[in-house]
Amino acid sequence: MSETLARTPLYDLHAELGGRLVPFAGWEMPVQYTGIIEEHMAVRKTAGLFDVSHMGEARIRGRDAAAFLDRIMTNELSTLKPGAARYTLMCQPDGGCVDDLIVYRFSETEFLICLNASNAQKDLAWMRSLVGTAKVEVLDECAAWAQLAIQGPLAEQILALTTTLPLASIRRFGFLVGEVAGASGCVVSRTGYTGSAGFEIYLPAASATLVARALLAAGKPLGLIPAGLGARDSLRLEAGYPLYGHEISERISPIQAGLGWTVKFTKAQFVGREALRRQAEGGPPSSVVMFSLDDRRIARQGAIVFAGDTAVGEVLSGTLSPVLNKPIGTALVAAGFTGSSELTVDIRGTRLPLHISVEPFVK
Amino acid sequence: MSQVPANLRYTKEHEWIRLEADGTATIGITDHAQAALGDVTFVDLPKVGKSFAAGEVFGTVESVKAASDLYSPVSAEIVEANTGLNDTPDLVNREPYGGAWMIRVKLKNPAEAAQLLDAAAYSATL
Repeated sequence: MSETLARTPLYDLHAELGGRLVPFAGWEMPVQYTGIIEEHMAVRKTAGLFDVSHMGEARIRGRDAAAFLDRIMTNELSTLKPGAARYTLMCQPDGGCVDDLIVYRFSETEFLICLNASNAQKDLAWMRSLVGTAKVEVLDECAAWAQLAIQGPLAEQILALTTTLPLASIRRFGFLVGEVAGASGCVVSRTGYTGSAGFEIYLPAASATLVARALLAAGKPLGLIPAGLGARDSLRLEAGYPLYGHEISERISPIQAGLGWTVKFTKAQFVGREALRRQAEGGPPSSVVMFSLDDRRIARQGAIVFAGDTAVGEVLSGTLSPVLNKPIGTALVAAGFTGSSELTVDIRGTRLPLHISVEPFVK
Repeated sequence: MSQVPANLRYTKEHEWIRLEADGTATIGITDHAQAALGDVTFVDLPKVGKSFAAGEVFGTVESVKAASDLYSPVSAEIVEANTGLNDTPDLVNREPYGGAWMIRVKLKNPAEAAQLLDAAAYSATL
């Protein structure tokens, strides 16, 4: 079986920068440039630049757009103000997740939604199937946009060297539209997936290489380096952010994933409401926990979690935390065991104690 | 381009072996292997005295990305394991042919070593 991998507008730049390209969600993406740990620490201490152009975008437009989004998403989007964004889940009637998304509001009747790369076409079809008689258009803009994420304590200082937009006025989950490095029509939002400060920039695909080069040149003296998907994964795990297909999926609901704060039962109706409410009130059969290990071995996806000799869960994600310098991860654990201090995880035949953490490892 | 020293023998699974003057041999993983793994975080090595057949798994090397098995290039008994790698697994990335050797072994069938890839043949597989 052969698969044609899509390439982002920055493909040539990745090769030039020495990025190691691997298949990811149907795309040929850089997993690392200089090394996952070095790139991870750059984001924690200075700044890193990520190409996240594989992410998809949908524009939702029309008189009923806000009401439509309230009906198909768990969070409340009709109360979002123009110039602000909000994180939300989109669920199936049984409460499983179709995707997790960030919704940006441009005006009373116009929104842009960021979709996971692996789910983009599924999401578009799902949303279109739910339009019914609503006065709303669901437009596929995946190919129109590139996305860059500049993340780290120096991200704002570096981005300010390439734009006259008043970055300090952008609050967390706020955004402005304007020019970056001479490219107009960029959406600059104070959002990210790393647990460090920073911005995500949606930009016209044709401007991507120009803007990326300008940011790298401006940031180099301050310690900005290109960072790949490997560091993006270890950063998001330290920060406790879910990844679709791991902590949330069609079989793991937002209630199980600890994302109940995104589910607004105050809305009279939305897809998945009844199933999610039953879980929230009765308690879900299993929940996602974060853990660390006092070892060098990493507990990876699929490793089995035990209470005594009984299997009570499985690992969903695992990596080495460069900040803690020990393995961390997430696991789906059966109800009744999520607070246990007696759990172990099987790594290639060795049982290691698993320490559950209620707080993210990096705040 | 990764380094492939001319004085070593290789497996197509990216281990190297160096035959020593005293009849023992030293085994590690190649520069290509460490680069492919990325940041190495853990090396699991066998105890002294254990024996392995050629092609058998003798340990594990783990990076941020993945865990990979280590295959013994020859039938051998472990006479020393590089326990220093417990504290500095990243040495595998920096000195794959030097300080990050993994095991020293006594060969059970010295003729096997001659069947391994030489540097030119290994380079051709990369």
